[in-house]
Amino acid sequence: MSTHTEHQAPQGPEPVDVNDPRLSRFEIVQEGARRDDIEIVHYEEQVVPGSKAERRLTRTVALMFLLTGVAATAFLVIYIWWPWQWEAGRGGDKLYTPLLGLTLGLALLGVGFGILTWGKKLLPKEVSIQDRHDQGGNPEDRKITGETMLYLADELGVKRRPLLGISLLAGLAPVGAVAAAPLIGGLIEQPHKNNQMFTTGFAPAEGGEKIRLIREDGRPIRPADVSVGGQLTVFPGIEGGVSNRHADSPTLLIHLREDDAQKSRAANERKGRGDFMWGNYVAFSKICTHAGCPASLYEQQTNRLLCPCHQSQFLITDNAKPIFGPANRPLPQLPIEVDEEGFFVARSDYTETIGPDFWERP
Amino acid sequence: MKRRKFDAAALPAKTAGAVDDRFQVATPLRKLLNKVFPDHWSFLLGEIALFSFVVLLLTGVFLTFFYEPAMTEVTYDGSYAPLRGTPMSAAYASSLDISFDVRGGLIMRQMHHWAALLFMAAIVVHMLRVFFTGAFRKPRETNWIIGSLLFWVGFLAGFTGYSLPDDGLSGTGLRIASGIILSIPVVGSWVSSSIFGGEFPGMIIISRFFIAHVLLIPGLLVALISVHLGLVFKQKHTQWPGPGRTNENVVGERMFPRYALKQGGFFMVVFGVIALMGGLFQINPIWYFGPYEAWVVSAASQPDWYVMFLDGSTRLMPGWEISIPIGDGYVIPPLFWPTVVLPGILVGLSTMYPFLEARRLKDYKHHNLLQRPRDVPARTAVGAMAVAFYVVLTLSGGNDVIADKFHISLNAMTWAGRVGLLVIPPLAYYVTYRICLGLQQHDREVLAHGVETGIIKRLPDGRFVEVHQPLTSADGHDGHAPALDYVGWVVPKKMNRLGALGPAIRGFFYPIEKPAEAPVSPGHPPVEPRAEREEVGSGESRR
Repeated sequence: MSTHTEHQAPQGPEPVDVNDPRLSRFEIVQEGARRDDIEIVHYEEQVVPGSKAERRLTRTVALMFLLTGVAATAFLVIYIWWPWQWEAGRGGDKLYTPLLGLTLGLALLGVGFGILTWGKKLLPKEVSIQDRHDQGGNPEDRKITGETMLYLADELGVKRRPLLGISLLAGLAPVGAVAAAPLIGGLIEQPHKNNQMFTTGFAPAEGGEKIRLIREDGRPIRPADVSVGGQLTVFPGIEGGVSNRHADSPTLLIHLREDDAQKSRAANERKGRGDFMWGNYVAFSKICTHAGCPASLYEQQTNRLLCPCHQSQFLITDNAKPIFGPANRPLPQLPIEVDEEGFFVARSDYTETIGPDFWERP
Repeated sequence: MKRRKFDAAALPAKTAGAVDDRFQVATPLRKLLNKVFPDHWSFLLGEIALFSFVVLLLTGVFLTFFYEPAMTEVTYDGSYAPLRGTPMSAAYASSLDISFDVRGGLIMRQMHHWAALLFMAAIVVHMLRVFFTGAFRKPRETNWIIGSLLFWVGFLAGFTGYSLPDDGLSGTGLRIASGIILSIPVVGSWVSSSIFGGEFPGMIIISRFFIAHVLLIPGLLVALISVHLGLVFKQKHTQWPGPGRTNENVVGERMFPRYALKQGGFFMVVFGVIALMGGLFQINPIWYFGPYEAWVVSAASQPDWYVMFLDGSTRLMPGWEISIPIGDGYVIPPLFWPTVVLPGILVGLSTMYPFLEARRLKDYKHHNLLQRPRDVPARTAVGAMAVAFYVVLTLSGGNDVIADKFHISLNAMTWAGRVGLLVIPPLAYYVTYRICLGLQQHDREVLAHGVETGIIKRLPDGRFVEVHQPLTSADGHDGHAPALDYVGWVVPKKMNRLGALGPAIRGFFYPIEKPAEAPVSPGHPPVEPRAEREEVGSGESRR
């Protein structure tokens, strides 16, 4: 710091003795600025002390601060006494948060604009010029620092004693790996445990028992439950089937109209899925093959299924082939039939992978 | 022994002396108090981001007292009746409790969300300011890189944050995120199952996102913001060209008292605006969305605004899959390109831009003076192109809403976005370039011939010419004022910029001061006041 002032001194008119009792406080401030390479070239009161304008501005600022006090008090009063518990209908509680926001906002804006007015209008305006000194450092210092660092390298003598460097590296590299190992080792999960990416809740149980299709409330489904042209989201009838634990299992069961069902059956047969439909009923995975959203907007007239996330569209009567949007793969089809009790069951699990695509999807 | 009287008036000085004895702070403090900052409204944009971040920290700490980052299934029995009895995750239930059963919790949640949106918006606008004025040039490239990283880290902070309530909307966002991770070639399924702890959604993702959102990412943000501000401080702020301003100085105000006071006031104003928004404008009403269920989604599911450009790019991407017929066959899904590759390219381009430009212009000098966007048409046009690209993507992120509200076919919106993404940015480049050249041309014209006065003069030979007010009175040769040099700053183009109208009279209802005389700059003749004229009319009074 002291070197700085020394090199600064010859620039100014002459060094100022800050202990000179004749100096005003502002002159000392000016001298301080000069020592930081600052020249205060313009300094001007914005309001004449004691003038009407000054009194007016002072009142304005004071008013804003008082407004803050009032608003903040109002905030506290509302916070404590206003009814805030949710109730149905249009209770007073609906105003609780807006009133808190209004009072808190006013309180903060009051103090904010008060301070801004104080700073902008009541304080003297100034123009100061400070030198930047940013064109690289002092060349001598650069040299000294550079040499010092090279000197350090010399002293360590890694060049002369290469074994030290090599052995240090050989020692530290495993230490780095030790730091990373628990993190990676702890987090890493085999994605294909239990073949989980390729199976859903519809996979037949251990004994080969077929899984029923159930509704969201857990009841099994008879063909008569879905009217012609209607659709229903169905789940595997297993423990936790209607939950996010089987996030890849939700399926759309559609009762097609006669002509659409014929088209669909023909398309099925072209793909060797002759027995996937049951009557005019068809079931497709609801999980979009693009990014995994539920493709749940079924347009009955055109037999298109639209995913609302990225607007992929699938044509149900053509094996749910993607016909528009970013999806590249048809929705997998669930082979269905009706068991002896008259409820829908899955004849087997899906034959294709559910959900978004990934590298090793066969 | 006589006890010395306690002198209260001398206490501050004594304390200050004692502190300086121990810590030697007088000199650095003097430098700090004296530091000069240039002033311009556009330099405050970054501050909005900083202040929003402070609000985020304050409200965020409040929220952690009540939020439970767990996916264990509970049955809701809080005060919001429509959801009572619904099974849901503990995270969603506690988010509902913050909204309904913690007094003042809802305003804190909404302020937190609004502050996050404002944080990202301020970052983007600040970045545009820095870009279009060339403030990123040497020596400030490092700070530009840190700033661009702040956008992406803020993006992650926002995404992990709005996933935490585990409501229907945020769960869908998580589902898409898992799809994006799965799309990465070779390692996708491994990364996804490692992050989610198995198959989506698993039971652990919310607690992992929580620790990322409240510790890791804010820690990174604090570190980056500190370095960002430290570098602004060390390298000193850029300034616009103007009288007395050079590349080697800073012209402005010292930090104390006026500059710091204004900053403090501005912080309070930003805080106040966020409080107003948090109280008056509803944001993310999670109780309408219900708990996340993998089979439920509604139309018009949009992410927060700063994520919408990625949603848009995902929607516009055609379903092109690359299959590699080796062994069982491998796939690169179409989702990979718009959500992994595109952001990668954007990060690379934006961080490298200062170096690319310096290389192209072979300009390796220090620059502390800002440039007006019109003076660097190529850069401004590139910026406009980037903005156009971003806007098309963001609009496409909401194309289902646009299609619905304006009764346009959804597929037409997608196609418009696909074509627009290729056509509009180059168009924006060309148009911006031409506008910049036009503005430059006009500046030079005014400098050479003066300001248009709107007064038409008839010459003796019958021609009409417009009278121009030259900007200088110094006589050049042949009686004309000499053309002035352009100095990179605003050229006055209206007569009242030259004082022709005189200053406005102050006071809202009645004048509080005697109107001052129009200032007369030295060596510059005042513009003559308009002579009173009689109205030329048909003789009939209109009144």
